[in-house]
Amino acid sequence: MLYLSQLSIGERCVVVSVKGEGAIRRRLLDMGITSGTEIYLRKKAPFGDPIEIALRGYELTLRKAEAARVEIERL
Amino acid sequence: MLKFALVGNPNSGKTTLFNALTGSTARVGNWPGVTVDKRVGVHKTGERAVDIVDLPGIYSLSPYTPEEVVARNFLLDERPDCLIDIVDATNLERNLYLTTQLMELDLPMVVALNMTDVLDKRGDRIDVRALEKRLGLPVVEISALKAANLELLTERALQAVTTPRKGETVLKNSPLGAAITGAEIALRLKGVEAPLFHAVKLVEGDGLEIKNHPAEAEAAQAFLAAHGTAKGQGEALDTEAAIADARYQYITARFSPTLLRAKKYACDELSPSDKADKLLTDKRLGIPVFLVILFAVFHFTFSKDLFFLGALIPSFGAWCAAEGGALKSVFFSDGLHSVGVLLFNALDLLTGQVGEGLGIGLRALGAGEALTGLVCDGVWGGLAAVLGFLPQILTLFFFFSLLEDTGYMARVAFMLDRLLRRFGVSGRAFMPMIMGFGCSVPAIVGTRTLADEKEREATVRVIPFFACGAKLPVLTAIAGGIVAYFGKGNADIVTYSMYLLGVTVALLSLLFMRNTTMRGEASPFIMELPAYRTPGIKSLALHLWDKAKHFLQKAFTVIFASTLVVWFSSSFGWDWKYLGKEGMEHSVLASIGKLLQPLFTPLGFGSQLTSTGWVFAVAALTGLIAKENVIATLGALAACLSPSFIGATEEGVYEVTTMIAATGITMPALLSFIAFNMLTVPCFAAVAAARSELGRGKLKRTLLFWLVVSCLTSCIVYTVGSWAWTAVPWSVLAAFTVVGIALYKKRAVEPPPPRVRGKRGCCRCGGCKAKAACGAKKE
Repeated sequence: MLYLSQLSIGERCVVVSVKGEGAIRRRLLDMGITSGTEIYLRKKAPFGDPIEIALRGYELTLRKAEAARVEIERL
Repeated sequence: MLKFALVGNPNSGKTTLFNALTGSTARVGNWPGVTVDKRVGVHKTGERAVDIVDLPGIYSLSPYTPEEVVARNFLLDERPDCLIDIVDATNLERNLYLTTQLMELDLPMVVALNMTDVLDKRGDRIDVRALEKRLGLPVVEISALKAANLELLTERALQAVTTPRKGETVLKNSPLGAAITGAEIALRLKGVEAPLFHAVKLVEGDGLEIKNHPAEAEAAQAFLAAHGTAKGQGEALDTEAAIADARYQYITARFSPTLLRAKKYACDELSPSDKADKLLTDKRLGIPVFLVILFAVFHFTFSKDLFFLGALIPSFGAWCAAEGGALKSVFFSDGLHSVGVLLFNALDLLTGQVGEGLGIGLRALGAGEALTGLVCDGVWGGLAAVLGFLPQILTLFFFFSLLEDTGYMARVAFMLDRLLRRFGVSGRAFMPMIMGFGCSVPAIVGTRTLADEKEREATVRVIPFFACGAKLPVLTAIAGGIVAYFGKGNADIVTYSMYLLGVTVALLSLLFMRNTTMRGEASPFIMELPAYRTPGIKSLALHLWDKAKHFLQKAFTVIFASTLVVWFSSSFGWDWKYLGKEGMEHSVLASIGKLLQPLFTPLGFGSQLTSTGWVFAVAALTGLIAKENVIATLGALAACLSPSFIGATEEGVYEVTTMIAATGITMPALLSFIAFNMLTVPCFAAVAAARSELGRGKLKRTLLFWLVVSCLTSCIVYTVGSWAWTAVPWSVLAAFTVVGIALYKKRAVEPPPPRVRGKRGCCRCGGCKAKAACGAKKE
């Protein structure tokens, strides 16, 4: 299984599901990371973490630990 | 009066719209119980006046963040007459996600489609008629920044108020539609207000909702089970994802096509904003660029030699430094003054002149010395103390808001999150902490961007450790005094190491707090990076005015009253006789200082000094008004105590050397004295800011924290400086603390061993599934 945290810069993927529970999961869902959403990994911060992704026409940053909850398929 | 509520995502231009609608009528406060801004204002259209409430920016009506709970409670309990849902046209899908939740409430609603002008520039447009039809809500294109089309917006809102509206949901045809309808009918029969909204929340398994409507929650679960979509607890979580999925699917299928693009947009394409971003958050250059920007902010706020003109052009520098009257010194000294210094000097000149004028006037009227002193130094001095801070606080605020509004601040947090996470705070804590080097007040207020309460409290506590601008003169004076008197060391190195000490203590105490009393991981960091924008000047000005007003309202009484108390106790003796500055040694404050003197013995400036050693205690006390007072007090007391004292100097070095001679204080003790002043309770203005951010209860603990940290650090500085071997017991103590924390953490992480329950039946732990049965048995 592949997770969003494993994606490299410039790669695209589609969300399969968001794991876990509670506030963090809900926030990920609310921000539009739902199954079938296309995500593009734009960049990583100077220290390698957090990452910046583009989805639904806007940019979002999240930590690798949070991205590790998002199961994806590479495009 | 009608009441409209503004709802929308963060960064959608909601506050700009609010400012445009209400102008200067806005009142800023906090929502009860939480540190979330609450803005209320009045909008006038023709004859009518409407109350406008600006709800916090939210992405969803989930029950997890304080902002969301506040907004939700307001919508359900206060039932505004109309909702104005502000939607960022450049970010349609995610903004409409909130809209699909809001439309489930039975409230009249208008959608304000903001930033369509930005869309125009790209050549894209939104088919407003189609969107209106598909949403079933009036949609008005506006520009909050340019205040365009706002009249049409309020007109449509006033129209909407006249007809009651029933909630609609986009989830009707989703797999959960039947369960929602079932729950809605059950709630409607019970007479619950906004049944559709509650029904959706129940199906979603929303914690707040289940607490408030347990019976309906069960019914909703039964419906779900019947339709084969959910089985028990574990599956209840899945409905949360299913509902979010269904909403977004509906949005992409029905609403997104109303956005007509000039050309196909690819998410890896570069817009001008992206090109700027490429440099600003570059892997190598990002941080150096940030440091340059940071330097520029401080340069514009605190520099006495703007653009280093005075240093670069010697003739200009010489002209600036030459004597030229009071007015000239407002603008020039080492060179041309920066905005912050200029405003500060102008205000200082003004308050000084007024104070002098008051004195002359009062004496002419035959008032005694005590009364003149009270009015000029006490009351007016107190006023000036409050106002005197304002120019530089506001200049710093201005840059802070500018960086925030352009969208750069979010990028700084993005770049530095990794670095700060080690200390248990998120990247968003960085900017407030760095602002602390300028002034603690805007820095403490700036912690509002931190989502987590504990994280915010920890950050507020360490901000004063980043030595502010007012602490620098204290540092340089004493460092200069040390070098001049003892003839060793280097003043710059002493000053620099004190800054370093402050930062080290800040980071260490963050680590300590986040591992012990304020445990918790750095809060989650799922943050939108808003597109870079040119901020509106009007919006910026109003924002600044808001902050100034808020600060004055909150801080005025605290600063004014405490300044008056300190002035009073330093100018009067126990016999109620007015002493003036010359007689400070006989004042109430001096006797308090003498009383406190032994307490400072472990720090090096207590009983081991001669009988005049209390001056350091007094200086520390007057430093609470403003840290630069420490040196002024030493000067005033030097004049009282040392007959050979000639007069105060600008750098304060002479005052310090006089005091060293008079008190016999040692070099380590002096270092400990500066460390103490740097780390202890900050000035009253900062304390007031901390109080308004944290509340009274937390402030008490925070004050104690400042005292403990400063005393401990100073004690270490003094003892190790005087007797190097004491470093050994201190390090042993530190090692024990680290080991202790590690053990404590390990114990806390491991789950406690399961307790074997006896026959006593029900415990009130709530963990037992048979709890209901136990309760019944008991009765």
